[in-house]
Amino acid sequence: MSQTSGPHLRVMRSQLGLVRGLGASKSGTEHWWMERLTSVALVPLTLWFVYATLHLSRLPRAAVAHWAGNPINAALLVALVLVTFRHLLLGLQVVIEDYVHVERTRTISLVVLRGVVGLVTLIGVLAALKLAFSA
Amino acid sequence: MTDIREASMVGRATDGRLVQRPLSPHLQIYKPQISTAISIFHRITGIALSVGALLLVCWLIAAASGDAAYDGLSGFLRSWFGVLILFGWTVALWYHFCAGLRHLAWDAGYGFDLPTMHLTGKAVLAATAVLTVLTWIAVIIVW
Repeated sequence: MSQTSGPHLRVMRSQLGLVRGLGASKSGTEHWWMERLTSVALVPLTLWFVYATLHLSRLPRAAVAHWAGNPINAALLVALVLVTFRHLLLGLQVVIEDYVHVERTRTISLVVLRGVVGLVTLIGVLAALKLAFSA
Repeated sequence: MTDIREASMVGRATDGRLVQRPLSPHLQIYKPQISTAISIFHRITGIALSVGALLLVCWLIAAASGDAAYDGLSGFLRSWFGVLILFGWTVALWYHFCAGLRHLAWDAGYGFDLPTMHLTGKAVLAATAVLTVLTWIAVIIVW
């Protein structure tokens, strides 16, 4: 196939050798499984969040702080933030992997995403804890 | 060939010629269906809900900061623009919730045949509408 025009193969490696180590083969089912675990956890957490938001929407800040001071509410609030952001990170990671094709830009985007999501998660957890302990 | 991964996208036509295999999905020739529409909206609402999660953190920061910050955010969320954001959030949340449940059912091995898939697809749209309306009826009662 020396004179082929158009698509042709010039690499002296097997097709399997070319794709080995790419894509999901690096990490196995971890990403997929965590996405499922977090979505299952988010089913009750989302319902609780909508209920809590409706309940809190008419209350002043002091009453909201008092509500968050209840250990069960505080725990669910922190769980909501942690699980939401874990799920969100896994989802946005796939969006970047699917649409950003340039290796360099993709890697930088993934690193920035991880940094920003990690930081916002910490801010959310600390704000929830501060609120819970302020009552 | 600039990227070695392109090698895996080269196949042979029936006459033995090497051809570049097309990438899927072929959006130019692909007829939009309820399955594809629901799939892409699951992704779009997922991205929108990521922004919603930022709003959740803003709400927590405001509540942890003090009365002035909390009243400021509450006032904004009660403005027409704030209500618009909250309404969009509710639609995206219930849609992603219902479509997500459909995905979990598939993961458990249920509902793969086409008639069921089309039915559950329509059910996702109907349930989103019903849950959104119910939520906002509750909002009106509470406010």
